[in-house]
Amino acid sequence: MAFDSFEAAWQMAGHGPYVWGAYALTFALLCYLVVSPVLQMRQIRRQIVAQWRRQGSTDLAVAESGDAKPAAANSPEASNAP
Amino acid sequence: MWSVIHKMGSPPWFYRFAGVFLRWCLPLALAGLLVGALWGLFIAPPDFRQGNSYRIIFIHVPAAVVALAGYYLMAFAGLVSLVWKIKMADTAMRAVAPVGGALTFIALATGAIWGKPTWGAWWVWDARVTSMLILLFLYLGVIALFEAYENKAVAARACAVLALVGTVNIPIIYKSVDWWYSLHQPASIKFTGESAIDSSMLYPLLLNIGAFYLTFACVVVLNMRAALMNIHRQSAWLTQELTHP
Repeated sequence: MAFDSFEAAWQMAGHGPYVWGAYALTFALLCYLVVSPVLQMRQIRRQIVAQWRRQGSTDLAVAESGDAKPAAANSPEASNAP
Repeated sequence: MWSVIHKMGSPPWFYRFAGVFLRWCLPLALAGLLVGALWGLFIAPPDFRQGNSYRIIFIHVPAAVVALAGYYLMAFAGLVSLVWKIKMADTAMRAVAPVGGALTFIALATGAIWGKPTWGAWWVWDARVTSMLILLFLYLGVIALFEAYENKAVAARACAVLALVGTVNIPIIYKSVDWWYSLHQPASIKFTGESAIDSSMLYPLLLNIGAFYLTFACVVVLNMRAALMNIHRQSAWLTQELTHP
């Protein structure tokens, strides 16, 4: 460990705001990059299911019964969120 | 070799491949980022000259390295799309652009934050910094150019040409610290000869570079999967995938 206490790690001898700010910005952006396509896929999936429903498709029963499973398979970080 | 390329161009195959790839690599990438950040923030020793501000290197350098590599990938996808008219290459090119742009932005922003306590200024019109800013504009340009065309086949061709022309900037970025008298420090990691960085700082840096590469790959694959779902809403194979995964 490079620091003796949490306080020291937070202050980083005056460089704390710079270092923590840089890390916070980076992780916020990386999280956005991962989450946005996942949300997009969920939305498309909902739209496709809605379309089936309008058409009275025979796939509907299967799609709804299997809804939970493929949704989890489509969004890996839903189950592996940090 | 050709069969692999042929498969890569097939939407159903890629969709399934993406599912398997993400199930394993996304958790690994996120874990790598977490461990890399903790190592860089708390375990690596402070720099004898810069103190703790140098800890920004553990995100600044990986973001910059992957942003540059991502540009090559985008330009290569553009070339494939232009020459062989493979639709999947189009999809790949468009999936890379926002990720590369975000990483370039991260490199510039963390560089600015690092510059304040180290150089005494948020921003300098330095060769390295300015050429990275041009890289950001190239990424944004590809995104904006695609949106500008009504005809998406024409849009993809225009983007591919822009991406290919922009590759001239990449060697300039690499060499900028050697060609011009620059405020930016030269590379610390060298492929030949001894690196100018102690192993207690080198290992977390390499781990972070690996984690950023893997995260980049995962986000590109996620973007491609979302694009495939969007394009192939009506396709029988997607129905099959959604109902019988």
